[in-house]
Amino acid sequence: MKIIVIDDEVLARSIVKEYLQKHPQLELVAECGDGFEGLKAIQQHDPDLVFLDIQMPKISGFEMLELIEKPPAVIFTTAFDEFAIKAFEAHAVDYLLKPFNQERFDKAIAKWLEQQNKPSEAKTEELLETASQSPSQSSRIVVKNGSKIKIIPVHDIFFLEAADDYVKIHTQEGYFLKNKTMNHFEQVLDRQQFVRSHRSYIVNVQQITRIDPYEKDNHVAILRTGAKVPVSRGGYGKLKSVLGL
Amino acid sequence: MPASPFRRRRFLIAFSIAWLILMVDHTLLLYWLDFPVAASIIDSGISNTTLLLTCLLVMNSIRYYVPDVAQYMNVLAMCIIFTVLWLLLNKWLLTITLGEYVEYSRFLIRSLPVRGSMGFLILGMTTMMVITWFHSQELQLNEQRKADAEKLTKEAELFKLRQQLQPHFLFNSLNSINALIGLRPQEARKMVQQLSDFLRGTLKKEETQWVNLQEELQYLQLYLDIEQVRFGNRLSTETTVGEDTTSMKLPALLLQPIVENAIKFGLYDTTGETVIRLATSKQKADLVIMVSNPFDPETSSPKQGTGFGLKSVQRRLYLLFARTDLLATEVKGNIFTTIVRIPQLHGATVAADTKKI
Repeated sequence: MKIIVIDDEVLARSIVKEYLQKHPQLELVAECGDGFEGLKAIQQHDPDLVFLDIQMPKISGFEMLELIEKPPAVIFTTAFDEFAIKAFEAHAVDYLLKPFNQERFDKAIAKWLEQQNKPSEAKTEELLETASQSPSQSSRIVVKNGSKIKIIPVHDIFFLEAADDYVKIHTQEGYFLKNKTMNHFEQVLDRQQFVRSHRSYIVNVQQITRIDPYEKDNHVAILRTGAKVPVSRGGYGKLKSVLGL
Repeated sequence: MPASPFRRRRFLIAFSIAWLILMVDHTLLLYWLDFPVAASIIDSGISNTTLLLTCLLVMNSIRYYVPDVAQYMNVLAMCIIFTVLWLLLNKWLLTITLGEYVEYSRFLIRSLPVRGSMGFLILGMTTMMVITWFHSQELQLNEQRKADAEKLTKEAELFKLRQQLQPHFLFNSLNSINALIGLRPQEARKMVQQLSDFLRGTLKKEETQWVNLQEELQYLQLYLDIEQVRFGNRLSTETTVGEDTTSMKLPALLLQPIVENAIKFGLYDTTGETVIRLATSKQKADLVIMVSNPFDPETSSPKQGTGFGLKSVQRRLYLLFARTDLLATEVKGNIFTTIVRIPQLHGATVAADTKKI
């Protein structure tokens, strides 16, 4: 079975390597120092299990997982992170708190092998949902743009638009697609800055220059860029209270 | 209960002189009205002694219960009652001692309103004065208590800020040691030593609040060595110590959180190698320390720059110097710089304030 270790500290990777020696059936196919390398390696090798650190350069372990359509089984390794531990406790296969010993490591492997027979893919998504509510992660959104990875600071977002199973994130550089729901973004983004103006739209209030009436009960928000964002009757009420009108 | 004003020597002397003047004045007045010297002295002596006793009685009772500002009507009523009582007592005593003298008896009856008015004014003034005194005493006590409480909170907060250690750093270091034990035991031992020295440093720096730049840099080096083991080639540091700054002083453990912030910011925002630069210089009389790290302007929100690390430094500088302009940050291209300015006040007033903190 194929294993990948992703951690930005060399010594942290080597301890996992050392503990893996006791499990000859597990073959280490790649070692990665950050999320970008990790993503590439996962796509290339399609591993059975990934040891993943959370705090890493550029994109976190969670953000990396979000970019993978069918995430592999993951055992998280981390030192200390309240939000991460909350997410693990509810949904992870297992997690190892650094520093950990061989026994604890073996236990995690055993737990994973046991769970292999009954796959539970939905769990990873719930885990990411919980983790994305941490303050460090709600300040930016990581998306895949072709083969490139794009990190969008939330204050750069103009508005979000529902598009089937995806959400279109409109920014200065055009739009990016993210495989999430509108409800997810409504939950994660700061409600004082991002308002669900319509069933299919969330708008950054700092971008609004004016709100015009439109048809009977509806309105339309005009952004600095000239873009028009539909505002429903309920959405108009929410916008008014956030803007203090 | 506030202290009695009679504890103050100057007050006691002034009070006695005022009474002596009153007695003499009273005697001279009666003498001027053609009463014999003996009668004048007896009248003055009895009247003023009883008035003095009444005043002392009122003052002492106020000492146990200082009236509020809103209760001056009560004070007025009390003064009137005591004046009447004093007047009746006075009349009775004077009638006994000097009543045989017919002309005096008539004068005594006729002068009662004047005596009453004077007595009321003197008693009222004394009472007001004493109330004001007790109020100011209480105010002083309150101020003192408030200042003490503030000092205590300040000390506690500074203590907490100093003790704050990133658990991330500690656990990751232990994890590195764990890995080294298997790979290179000698290095593991060395790192245990470094980590211990570092932790001891954070704990013991209490009495010696102000340290030399050189000492602080030595301590910082321990921290950097540990981080070096964790991040290997990805991290390198360049320190430039300006001439004549090595013996300048700064609050202990101030630099480490700034450098920690720079490392975190630098390492987690770029994937390549990260160079952390530290430079010290003397500007006017101040010690100026600059710490810079690379970052990615495209993906970092400027907010990240004032993360927890810097906020606690800012707070500490404020508590020590009562200034908010000592910490600044600067962005030039992809380099983020933190600039901290330390006034060299430790010899003067600040030292007295901060020695124990």
